[in-house]
Amino acid sequence: MKIKELISIVDGEIVYGEDFVENDVFSACGSDMMSDVLAFVKEQAVMLTGLVNPQVVRTAEMMDMKCIVFVRGKRPDLSMINLAEERDIVLVCTNLEMFTACGKLYENGLRGASGK
Amino acid sequence: MEPIRMKYEVRSDDFSVAGEASGKIKRTLKDLGLDASVVRNVAIAVYEGEINMVIHANGGYIEVEINPDKIKIVLKDSGPGIPDVEKAMQAGFSTAPENIRALGFGAGMGLPNIKKYSDEMYIDTELGVGTTITLGFNI
Repeated sequence: MKIKELISIVDGEIVYGEDFVENDVFSACGSDMMSDVLAFVKEQAVMLTGLVNPQVVRTAEMMDMKCIVFVRGKRPDLSMINLAEERDIVLVCTNLEMFTACGKLYENGLRGASGK
Repeated sequence: MEPIRMKYEVRSDDFSVAGEASGKIKRTLKDLGLDASVVRNVAIAVYEGEINMVIHANGGYIEVEINPDKIKIVLKDSGPGIPDVEKAMQAGFSTAPENIRALGFGAGMGLPNIKKYSDEMYIDTELGVGTTITLGFNI
């Protein structure tokens, strides 16, 4: 699915990354625990999280992720937006809860992937 | 061929900058044209190591040595040392304070993750002196 479709599915608002919304993503993970994202995720392009701090963007960077979706109405601050800009990572906000956002994306074809 | 060597300082005063050294290392390896999965494995392991240094050891430094067939990483700190390495290697065992957990870390996955993503891992630790973790990644 294209990132712009993902945004529409979760009724999201793009905070950064208009230039990349045509990019395709195929897999995702949802977690508020970055240690678990680093432990169990592989080849996932999208992270859904309710956690807001710069380490979320750094974790996405280390994992080669393309897009972060902040759930439950959470919003990234300026330091996070700056980090995302330097790393070409799309930031999206949605008011949906984690479970609902994940469910809607799964329903539309986005999948998880097993870890290493 | 002479190995490429780099050294990065890890500051501990601000958790928000934790990961800066790992990010630089990752971009350097990527620019050298190394395989993307090798680069990611190094990045994750070094990032976890860097986070550990910030949480537990008041910072430290990271040395990177790139050889044609192997990447060697040394994570060195002058922190309190690890009292029980075997326990620290267990997934889920954590001594991180609550404020670190609130930031999404401290789940007890740091050292297990470093082991998982590296091909070789040696821990040299002494209480009150510090910890040195040496990692090897096959290219």
